[in-house]
Amino acid sequence: MRRLTWLVPTIYILFLMLPIYWLVSMSFKTTNEILGSFTLFPQSFTLENYRVIFTDPTWYNGYINSLIYVSINTVLSVCIALPAAYAFSRYRFLGDKHLFFWLLTNRMAPAAVFALPFFQLYSAIGIFDTHLAVALAHTLFNVPLAVWILEGFMSGVPKQLDETAYIDGYSFPNFFVRIFVPTIAAGIGVAAFFCFMFSWVELLLAKTLTAVAAKPIAATMTKTASSSGYELGLLAAAGTLTIIPGAIVIYFVRNYIAKGFALGRV
Amino acid sequence: MNKTVNQKAWFLVLPVLLLVAFNAIVPLMTVVNYSVQETFGNNVFFWAGISWFEDVLRSPRFHDALGRQLTFTFTILLIEVPLGVIIALAMPRKGIWVSVCLVLMAMPLLIPWNVVGAMWNIFALPEIGLLGKTLNAIGFDYNYTRQTGDAWFTLILMDVWHWTSLVVLLAYAGLVSIPDAYYQAAKIDGASSWAIFRYIQLPKMKRVLTIAILLRFMDSFNIYTEPSVLTGGGPGNSTTLLSIDLVKIALGQFDLGPAAAMSLIYFLVILLMSWIFYTVMTRDEANQ
Repeated sequence: MRRLTWLVPTIYILFLMLPIYWLVSMSFKTTNEILGSFTLFPQSFTLENYRVIFTDPTWYNGYINSLIYVSINTVLSVCIALPAAYAFSRYRFLGDKHLFFWLLTNRMAPAAVFALPFFQLYSAIGIFDTHLAVALAHTLFNVPLAVWILEGFMSGVPKQLDETAYIDGYSFPNFFVRIFVPTIAAGIGVAAFFCFMFSWVELLLAKTLTAVAAKPIAATMTKTASSSGYELGLLAAAGTLTIIPGAIVIYFVRNYIAKGFALGRV
Repeated sequence: MNKTVNQKAWFLVLPVLLLVAFNAIVPLMTVVNYSVQETFGNNVFFWAGISWFEDVLRSPRFHDALGRQLTFTFTILLIEVPLGVIIALAMPRKGIWVSVCLVLMAMPLLIPWNVVGAMWNIFALPEIGLLGKTLNAIGFDYNYTRQTGDAWFTLILMDVWHWTSLVVLLAYAGLVSIPDAYYQAAKIDGASSWAIFRYIQLPKMKRVLTIAILLRFMDSFNIYTEPSVLTGGGPGNSTTLLSIDLVKIALGQFDLGPAAAMSLIYFLVILLMSWIFYTVMTRDEANQ
């Protein structure tokens, strides 16, 4: 029985890979092959779908837009969350617990509830259809998450580190930037990974807050699916390309990813 | 860790507070504002009191959507949590395969939600999708765009595919944090593998599993993009979950009053459930 345990994760991974395989294989097929026949492997292997995406600006700009607002969001969320997480992990202050839970409630907020008010708010201050608008909107759920993860990692650092540094004559900002931040570098990496992830996969807010100039790739895809008939090959190629950035970042944080999902609290 | 009392810590929290206040309170106030007014266009508003709330709470449409939402959330929790624990228990603890497993299992989590929907849409099509074609070939009359049961089956299978890895990763993190000495002691006592699971592994995983359930509960209650791309709420209204219904009312029909009232009720339900989870979680932390 012991010998067969490896089967469980293997079958599970096969199950995970099947739809991904189907998407990737479809991206190398022609529309005729997709609609006309049922083939497990691409018969008439083609790169045409990818050529369209890399030469048509409406397609590749979608990727660039997505990467821009995801990056702004990640930097913004982590930088703002860092001092707050430090405060929560080191100090007791008036209303700290309530504040922490209130932050968490924003992680629970359904995007559907916020879509319309965000649209009106950002239109009113004139940042509708900019990368900043999407990045700001995504901080709604990413900042609380970053605070939560960073607080978990910071609580694992003994307080003696802070006290020694203060005795050695470091001021707070000096200590924070020169000593503390390098100490929890892994935690910052994990928090950044999660901000990247949730900003990258979100569509409803990103779609509602953009029109042309900052339109994310995901929105370009939904438009193609509905407007220009059913170009499944193109859709599959675009989908395949959205998997790549995720796969790359997972590889870098593979040893910390579980700890990150446990919000630094294992 | 014993924390020192320091009111100046508020200054460190201030940036987060300002940002989240701008992002959360202002829009939420807009919603509250709409929820108590009636409009006939032209930006003319009338006081409507709590009538929208009464309407929403009485409407069968809302009851149905809420019912479907609860069915969906509890079904996927019942499948994903035990399945995730089983897979985590069967995973290797050392060596190169750990990294391979972790990277491959985390893949679905990093795929944009609409791509997940589109991927399953293609995968399950009865004529040209691998899943749909296979199911039909082995004798099932499967068509998720026409039959309610099939639509639900596909929806739940998609969510299991998408999110079970989250539970696996969390449970696995809990498992590897158990020191070897525990297992050795259990071996000396001659404990069965069930006893090891029940008295060593499960208590150690309790904390991470609570987080897993909390996250899965919140996210599955908010789910919008995947089902809307996969089935668009159909066939009929059979897979119209709360978020899909809300977006239909707010952005589709632009019925601001009912949409706002529904938003608030929806948010309060999530808040209440999450508060219960959170209280249980922090009480456990305090006990340790």
